[in-house]
Amino acid sequence: MTAVSGTPLFGGRVARLRRTRPGFLTVVSAAVLALMALAAIGGTWIAPYDPAAQDVALGASMPSWAHWAGTDDLGRDVLSRCLAGARSALLWPVIVTLCTCAMSTTLGLLAGYRRGWVDAIMMRVVDLLIALPGMLVLIVLVGVLGGGIGWAVLALAVLFTPGDIRVVRSLTMAQRELAYAEAARTLGLRPTRIMFRHLLPNIAPTVVAGALLSFVAGLVALSGLSFLGIGLPAGTPDWGLMIEENRTLLDLNPWASVIPAALVTIAATAATLLGDRLFERLSDAA
Amino acid sequence: MAFLARRLGAAVLLLGVLSLLSFVLLAAAPGKPENLLLGPRPSTPETRAAIRAQFHLDDPIHERYLSWLGGALHGDFGTSVYTREPVTSIITERLPVTAGLATYALILTIGVGIPLGLAAAMRRGGRLDQGITLTSLVALAVPPFALSILLLYGFAVTLGWFPVFGAGETAAERIAHLTLPAVALAAGEAAVVVRQMRAAALDLVGQDYLTFARARGLSLPRVWISYALRNTALPVLTVGGLLLAANLTGALFVERAFGLPGLGELLVTAVARKDIPVVQALVLLGGAVVVVVNLLIDLTYLAVDPRVRHGAVAS
Repeated sequence: MTAVSGTPLFGGRVARLRRTRPGFLTVVSAAVLALMALAAIGGTWIAPYDPAAQDVALGASMPSWAHWAGTDDLGRDVLSRCLAGARSALLWPVIVTLCTCAMSTTLGLLAGYRRGWVDAIMMRVVDLLIALPGMLVLIVLVGVLGGGIGWAVLALAVLFTPGDIRVVRSLTMAQRELAYAEAARTLGLRPTRIMFRHLLPNIAPTVVAGALLSFVAGLVALSGLSFLGIGLPAGTPDWGLMIEENRTLLDLNPWASVIPAALVTIAATAATLLGDRLFERLSDAA
Repeated sequence: MAFLARRLGAAVLLLGVLSLLSFVLLAAAPGKPENLLLGPRPSTPETRAAIRAQFHLDDPIHERYLSWLGGALHGDFGTSVYTREPVTSIITERLPVTAGLATYALILTIGVGIPLGLAAAMRRGGRLDQGITLTSLVALAVPPFALSILLLYGFAVTLGWFPVFGAGETAAERIAHLTLPAVALAAGEAAVVVRQMRAAALDLVGQDYLTFARARGLSLPRVWISYALRNTALPVLTVGGLLLAANLTGALFVERAFGLPGLGELLVTAVARKDIPVVQALVLLGGAVVVVVNLLIDLTYLAVDPRVRHGAVAS
């Protein structure tokens, strides 16, 4: 690609990101997330047992050579369920993140670029949504109205969007005053084109860093809902659900709930560390 | 005063939205409202008609909303579908556990968060700062229910330092029973306070009035407490409202994980049983607590920072 304007990609921030060496923790976090993603994709194939296969006669048992992480009260292999559970524990938060990003970027660009009444109305709604005790409302709505995981995912995306709208909006407001945006306007380009082709690439790094934090929030919220028995049907291999179903087995086989709890914790921590470092780098480079 | 009037208006609006939300729950829940309100009792045409009459289900919806809201304002939320007890008495019975847990967690949050945040800021970039910053980041990410299980396994089951389930009877037992839950609840909140406190204190370093205060020969504690701490109060207070919301939802998970008979456990059970009157009351109560505390925080702003009083700072 020949750089005509002399302005490198993302104002040089990506180039600078590449130049600085990532820290030890960043590498470990990325590796952990990559491993978990692999488990989410192929976990059901690597699993030594069928995650749904029961052995009621065995019941809950401590780790052994046959079952490395022991079994739960129905005699299901905990290791296999943890591997298989990665898919539902990680996939749904990814969907939440994608929905949140799509909505917050579009609406934030619109509010920040157009200003005027669109912005005024949107900000009032955002203020209201942020002030609501969101998780409480979510638990009650999804729990009482039913509707399963699909609605939970959608409701979470709606819950997370307002905060991100604010961020995208303030970034857009700063970018729209810069010379390149002014030039695009002078050329007579359509506002949608300016917003998505000119402004969006310049705010994209922050959106990506924000997406990682949305992913963490989604992971914590969804496994939390599963822990309360809301969303996923009982018996689905899922980390949150495993914690809930096996937390009474702390004396028979504590690993059945401790391992999924640790997995949720590790996944959330790794994604947070990664997102935090990304934000830090971006603000250093800006 | 315009500041306060605006906040009051927002608070009333928010409560209105919450009350509408919890009112329509009954109409929107799957199944007929009279069947939901019957709960486990036998459903015959007579009982259904009696319920319809008792709850005025045939009245227009806005009249029902107003009469329901009127009752709610007088503390009357009807009776639980399951236990047939008045919702208000169920809630007052459960309140002490949750209030105790929340207070305990709040004390831990403030007692640990503010000193650690200040310490990190004073040793900026050092080992201590890096350690505190990293720990707070991890604590921020850990979901309270996962932390609860890990704490339960580590400190109650393996080490046996703390009781495993229940809320305890005597005061000393209560504290022992509530320690692990309060830690699980406070970890994330303390992390928020640490980060906010550190950032606020870092902003202060190099401010002229601090240098001047020291130059005038004021003692270090005096400089930190009446100058620095007061100026960091505003950004830290700002997250107070967020913390509270986190506290409310966190209590749901933590109470369930530790088997504490509090309001969070009540809500989860009520949601699972579709015990609508209980759910409605708890949603309104939770919303009211959030709104009132946020108003209190705004008032504290006014007390702490004269710039807000004189309208010099938009907030």
